[in-house]
Amino acid sequence: MAETALTNVGASPALLPGWRGIAADWSSDQRAFKNVSWGKAMMWIFLLSDTFIFSCFLLSYMTARMSTTVPWPNPSEVFALNIGGAHIPLILIAIMTFILISSSGTMAMAVNFGYRRDRIRTAALMLATAAFGATFVGMQAFEWTKLIMEGVRPWGNPWGAPQFGASFFMITGFHGTHVTIGVIFLIAIARKVWRGDFDVERRGFFTSRKGNYEIVEITGLYWHFVDLVWVFIFAFFYLW
Amino acid sequence: MVDVRFDTIAGIPPAEVGEVDLYHPRSWWTRYVFSQDAKVIAVQYSITAMAIGMVALVLSWLMRLQLGFPGTFSFIDANQYLQFITMHGMIMVIYLLTALFLGGFGNYLIPLMVGARDMVFPYVNMLSYWVYLLAVLVLASTFFVPGGPTGAGWTLYPPQAILSGTPGQDGGIILMLASLILFIIGFTMGGLNYVVTVLQARTRGMTLMRMPLTVWGIFTATVMALLAFPALFVASVMLLFDRLLGTSFFMPTLVEMGELTKYGGGSPILFQHLFWFFGHPEVYIVALPAFGIISDLISTHARKNIFGYRMMVWAIVAIGALSFIVWAHHMYVSGMHPYFGFFFATTTLIIAIPTAIKVYNWVLTLWRGDIHLTIPMLFALAFIITFVNGGLTGLFLGNVVVDVPLSDTMFVVAHFHMVMGIAPIMAVFGGIYHWYPKVTGRMLNEALGQFHFWVTFLGAYAVFFPMHYLGLLGMPRRYHDIGETAFIPASAHDLNAFMSVAALIVGFAQLVFIFNLIWSLFKGREAGGNPWRATSLEWQTPETPPGHGNWGKELPIVYRWAYDYSVPGAARDFIPQNEPPAKLSAQGAHP
Repeated sequence: MAETALTNVGASPALLPGWRGIAADWSSDQRAFKNVSWGKAMMWIFLLSDTFIFSCFLLSYMTARMSTTVPWPNPSEVFALNIGGAHIPLILIAIMTFILISSSGTMAMAVNFGYRRDRIRTAALMLATAAFGATFVGMQAFEWTKLIMEGVRPWGNPWGAPQFGASFFMITGFHGTHVTIGVIFLIAIARKVWRGDFDVERRGFFTSRKGNYEIVEITGLYWHFVDLVWVFIFAFFYLW
Repeated sequence: MVDVRFDTIAGIPPAEVGEVDLYHPRSWWTRYVFSQDAKVIAVQYSITAMAIGMVALVLSWLMRLQLGFPGTFSFIDANQYLQFITMHGMIMVIYLLTALFLGGFGNYLIPLMVGARDMVFPYVNMLSYWVYLLAVLVLASTFFVPGGPTGAGWTLYPPQAILSGTPGQDGGIILMLASLILFIIGFTMGGLNYVVTVLQARTRGMTLMRMPLTVWGIFTATVMALLAFPALFVASVMLLFDRLLGTSFFMPTLVEMGELTKYGGGSPILFQHLFWFFGHPEVYIVALPAFGIISDLISTHARKNIFGYRMMVWAIVAIGALSFIVWAHHMYVSGMHPYFGFFFATTTLIIAIPTAIKVYNWVLTLWRGDIHLTIPMLFALAFIITFVNGGLTGLFLGNVVVDVPLSDTMFVVAHFHMVMGIAPIMAVFGGIYHWYPKVTGRMLNEALGQFHFWVTFLGAYAVFFPMHYLGLLGMPRRYHDIGETAFIPASAHDLNAFMSVAALIVGFAQLVFIFNLIWSLFKGREAGGNPWRATSLEWQTPETPPGHGNWGKELPIVYRWAYDYSVPGAARDFIPQNEPPAKLSAQGAHP
């Protein structure tokens, strides 16, 4: 990013009280968010828009689930696995959730090391995050395969409302796509970090702009968002 | 009129916005085709939008021919009529107006008006245009697939949208939904740029409360679009799955051609909620940029500061926020709970308050102004008249008891064409006549402009004003042929024929406009940098048309709001935003 963050915003004039003060603060000179770079602002606003997409998906699923006249399949049963003779409900989903939340931890550590300009550890932690993400997608593929083998289709399933399969494939598919994009994003940025692009201010291939270590944090924002969305999907789809 | 604080330069923090790394094009291709310059992208967006808009214009001719002279034109059958309606509506609302206001005007004006060198992420901005172009091509391709484009109506309501009785069920509806999804992806890339540019890349001194209202309108509309398009995205994805995979998100159990379909258990009302959660904000996504443009045109061409700037800004923001909680007023006849109708009627009527504030402020800006009846001003005045007209019928339709009998009649068609068809397109024309000199360096031809304005304005009224009456008679919309019906007198048919002739003439005037755009590009009068003697930053660029990076070596510094017209004591009747206070006479002007 060529632009620098405003570090010295000078002595601000006396703040107005109440709403006028809030409005004056937000609308103040040059930038609304003083120490936020363009890239970070853009990612936040994109995530806000994406939140609306996932909200619409989840609300549509909940509408379908509440209005269907056929019984909804019991997720605890559908997503149970037999491991070593024991029948454990939701075990795969629990492991997937654990993995994804762990990946948020490694991502946060990567951001920390990124700001310390520790190339090797940052890249390693980002790759670890990507590996967690890839594992998550792999387990999701396993889950899809299992359900498809059991006869779940977007247009029907053996246990009840056809909207079950439709919502399941659509929502987890859309989320899985987000995770996959995140993994690719992580690997691409990790490569740049590893190569030292942000230390030598190498210009981007497409944009011809210089990058800096903040991109690690921006990647992290996206990654944490995808995690957070999963928590909602977990709660509304699997636990309901 | 001092409702904006004029901070002295001492109150402005030091500029730390360095020279932005611009992408410098190295070849003809990267300069004019795969350009990352917002100005070039804006022109690309505008030309594409106008090109596909011409298709929609021709469709409206065909529709009017059929309605005015039913049975005369054998090449228009009932299915084609429905296809024309659908494509006309979809193109006009989304691919023309949304793209032109946000992608066209937004790209051109935002960086120039806030004093930025370009959009914050030019590469993403370029991608936005190319994805939009792809969406337009996919949309246009539906005319050539077997079965033709979809005839589901622009609202694409399931179940009928994907059942076999509807024309375009084969490929048309699939490509339409795919095109919408592409459009939303492309728009999101551009929209993020517009929002971040306004929030984070303004030049020194340009507080949000000093921005021209055009930027406020486009900015608020873009924020709304980023929050409203997700609902359409989700609805399109789910409808596409219903059509392609046989899911039943929106499809109830139903019988088609005597046979039970494979669908069952879905909710058609869910689609309506999703669609209108997008659809109503969409009305304001095209209206708010128009509001902003009109405010600037009126202020500039009446040589007066805009009346109540701060209120105008708050009205834009309030309308934007309120428009997210009114969507179900499009669904009064869908069998919704009456209490919902009560809620949505109330919120709908509340929107009239900020809207009325804006109209009053425009009129008060004109009051005792030095009004120059230039072409942009004529279009601005036409906008106000048309918008008030359409807004008043909106109050009718916002009330449940009035809406129910008027629902699905020509009255509705007349209403929304007035309020979000004619009115925004008046703002588009006014904006083009106003900013064309900045884009090309030449003025549009005045005589052709006068012709274009009067034919378009009077003609549009000739088409849509009688349509209210037809609607009150009970003439239904979307009917290919009304036939002989007891409640529709013969005179109504004559009126229909008159409207059709008027529509053809209005359409012809648009060809004159296109000719004017091309002719003036080569033969128009040289405009100079600031032909309208306007204050806002885009007129203060060192070059006209602005060069790459807009501002030459140094970014402008802003000392005042954008509406210092006819300031008492000032040497000229306008003071550009970047003119330092020291140049003014001692008293009169603000410090």
